[in-house]
Order: sequence, then structure tokens, then C-alpha cells
Amino acid sequence: MALIDLANPTRFLNLAHRMLPWLAEITAAVFAIGLYLTYGAPDDYQQGATVKIMFIHVPSAWLGMFCWGLMSLAALGTLVWRHPLADVAAKAAAPIGAAFTFLCLVTGSLWGRPMWGTYWVWDARLTSVLILFLMYLGVIALWRTVEDPSRAARAVAILTLVGAINLPIIKWSVDWWNTLHQPASVLKLGGPSIYPTILIPLLVMALAFTLLFVTLHIAAMGNEILRRRVRSLMLMQAQSAPGSGA
Amino acid sequence: MNLGPHATFIIAAYAIAALVVIGLILWVEIDNRMQRQQLAKLKEQGMTRRSAKSGEKPAESAA
Repeated sequence: MALIDLANPTRFLNLAHRMLPWLAEITAAVFAIGLYLTYGAPDDYQQGATVKIMFIHVPSAWLGMFCWGLMSLAALGTLVWRHPLADVAAKAAAPIGAAFTFLCLVTGSLWGRPMWGTYWVWDARLTSVLILFLMYLGVIALWRTVEDPSRAARAVAILTLVGAINLPIIKWSVDWWNTLHQPASVLKLGGPSIYPTILIPLLVMALAFTLLFVTLHIAAMGNEILRRRVRSLMLMQAQSAPGSGA
Repeated sequence: MNLGPHATFIIAAYAIAALVVIGLILWVEIDNRMQRQQLAKLKEQGMTRRSAKSGEKPAESAA
């Protein structure tokens, strides 16, 4: 099947229906391995056992940003190529990205309290991630405000592309400004500065979270296609009703 | 496993992560059931898509 064939929602639904059980099982298996490795990971020499929070905090942060990046690509798909599934992908991704960003903020606060002595500081990294979360809420609200999905898609696409400016700010905020948050220790020039006994569980958990994201996103895209079918059938029903003037 | 003096924070972080993940799975599952129920109800009322009547062909929109 060519990639272009997936532009057909029915073919996408059929493929999703076949893929989802496999994806769910692989995700559960990778999570099991990741949690097992997390359980056996040694304590950090400075942070003690609180380093275990990193195994959920960092993947959540990565996915919160990755999801907005995906929505930005989908926004281009909506505005430039008018791909029929682009706005479906963007709409389905927003609540999932919001959930991962929320998880990043909450686990970061719970990690910050014992390590920094505070749940929250208004520094560049924390504030820019909070802005990302608020932008997700804004996008979800915009989808719900405009009734016609194709009109909403264009407005959301523009907002998403403007919001993408925040992604490099989040990434390099720890280098550009003084912040309590530690600098990058995995994705940086010169390679990761984390010891393998902690790095490997982190990467496995990141893979598990990514698989979870992919599974949920495909399922949510399927739901969105069904929702649009329901909407178009209800419109047809209303137009064919006696006295509708259609 | 000894989680040290900050065990409460670690357990709370994992519990909230579990709740968020379960919440996302439930959201997707419940939404799927609702949409399928609505489609089935519309089908019972005789409402079907044109492409479903005439056999599937490449669609231009997700609707």
C-alpha cells in the first residue's frame, strides 16, 4: 500500500483496526521492560532515589514537545497540501500532547520539591513548558469553538505554527538563561552525560511512552474520522427532514 | 526497594502518571464506543454515506 493511499480515511481506518492490537501489545511489553529496568536502576549519587522520577518526567517532556512538532507538520499539511487527514491528525494529537505536558509539569514539580526546595519557580524552562501546556488548551478550545471542522482546522493550523516558536525556546532555555533546571544531558553535542545504568532505562521508558503516543494517536484519529462521519450524516438527516427546505 | 526519605514524591509521581495514562486510554475507548453507537443509530434510521452506498472510492475529506 502506497503512503498516499492512507489519505483515504476508510483505508486509514482499516489499517488502524489491524495495527492497533499489535501496537497495544508491543507498547505494554516495552512498558513492562522499562518499569523493570527502572525498578533495578541505581540511585543517583546526589539525588538519591528521586532520580526515578526522571524516567517518567523526561519522556513526558519529550512527547509534549514532539506532539506539538507533529501538530506543526500537520498544520503545514492542512494549509499547504490540504491533506484530508492532516487536520484529523492535528485534532487527535492535541489532548494527548496536553496530557503529556501536564504530566511533565506535575512530575517536575514533585521532583523539584525535594531537590530544589520548591515545587515551582518562574524560570525560563518551567515557564516555557507551562506556556506550551496553555497553548495546547487554547488549541483544544479553538477546535471546540468553531463548529465547521475545515474552518477550525485553518485557524488551529495558524495558531499551531505560531506556537511552534516556543519549541526551540523550551529546548535551549536552559542554555540561554540562568535557570534552576539542569542543562540537557541526553540530546546534546558530545553525547549523553548520563551513566548507562540510568540512561538505558530512560531510553526504554522513552520508547514505551512514544509507542503509547503512537497507539493513542492512531486510535484517536480513527475516532475523529468516525465523529466527522456522524456529523455529516446528521447534517444530511437534518437537510432531508420535512420542512428543512432542502 | 528503599525509596529513601522522598518516597512520597516518587510514589505520587508514578501514581499520577498511571492515572494520566489510564485516563487517556479510557478517553479513546469511550469516545470510540460513543461514535460507533451514534453511527449504528443513524444507520438504523436509514442514513448511510454516499460512498458506502456506491462502494468505497478515494475520498477527498475525512467525512
